[in-house]
Amino acid sequence: MRIDADEPPEAKELINTIWEAVTKLYGEHGASLTSMALITYNADAKTAVIRTSLETLNQLRAAIATITAIRNKEAAVHVDAVSGTIKALAQKLQTQNVTQHKA
Amino acid sequence: MRRTFTDLHVYADLRSADTAKFLSKAAELGYTLVAVSLPPTQLTQQVEALRKLASTFNLDAAVRVDLKPRSTGELTQSLRRLRRKCEVIAVTCESKEVARQAAKDRRVDLLNFQSFDSRRRFFDHAEAELARQGLAALEVDVAHLLMVSGSARVRLLACLRREVQLAKAFNVPIILSSGAPNPRLLRKPREMAALASLFSLGEMEALDAVSTNPAGIVKRNREKLSPEFVAPGIRLIKEGKDC
Repeated sequence: MRIDADEPPEAKELINTIWEAVTKLYGEHGASLTSMALITYNADAKTAVIRTSLETLNQLRAAIATITAIRNKEAAVHVDAVSGTIKALAQKLQTQNVTQHKA
Repeated sequence: MRRTFTDLHVYADLRSADTAKFLSKAAELGYTLVAVSLPPTQLTQQVEALRKLASTFNLDAAVRVDLKPRSTGELTQSLRRLRRKCEVIAVTCESKEVARQAAKDRRVDLLNFQSFDSRRRFFDHAEAELARQGLAALEVDVAHLLMVSGSARVRLLACLRREVQLAKAFNVPIILSSGAPNPRLLRKPREMAALASLFSLGEMEALDAVSTNPAGIVKRNREKLSPEFVAPGIRLIKEGKDC
């Protein structure tokens, strides 16, 4: 995920915002089905990797898309890539970066 | 074949720096074609500047006009004046009469309902039937969903679900647009599709609503606006004495 904000939020603030968005949209039961967890967060690059179950991927994508603020400051979170394993995700992102660079 | 994505509703004021921000953000998020809403009075002056600016971001820009007529007469008058000047015409329907006229007029591309009150949204059976006979598509601005929360969002989702069901039943094309008043409210095409699942639009239908459906409208209108166009199905291929 890429965080589009003027100042990078702290990891806790980011994950709390995502949980809040999921709970608001799908309720506590829906949120519990996502098995969501923050894997890595790079505040300088404003990128994060989160884990979720495949069944709730689309719900999580929708919930993340509804985020318009973090810490009451205007922000957006975009999903850059989705993959089954961290290794494949890294490869996917690398390919994306090379393609963007060429373009 | 790889999908290319289109956002038919980008607000812009070419006199401010926001337009460049909007266009660069749209390109960054993966769109290749955007329709920028311009004020009808400044169409001729701003079109060239817009296309030039969009090309710096490798974007194809189409010109869109948003009409908000108070009467059917005002609508037909505006359509007569503007149809040959822009690629996309959207009508914000604020009364039933305007909504009905817009749905049956083949010069209208998009029907937009902005009210959060279900009684002020006029996309019902009759409207869908008229839209099917005409060429108008139902436009859903995703930004509205992002800007509200709580009961207002619940009501809006219920309205959108009903309208989308009707549009599907009557084969009225659905268009997902950003309609974002600031660049941070722009979303990636797949994020728009995920949000569309909230009002029961399937994944493939939602992806069509941000790719083939809107691109088809621009393509159709560009053909009509080209000097070779004579009538639907008739194009000028060659002219001169040797024809």
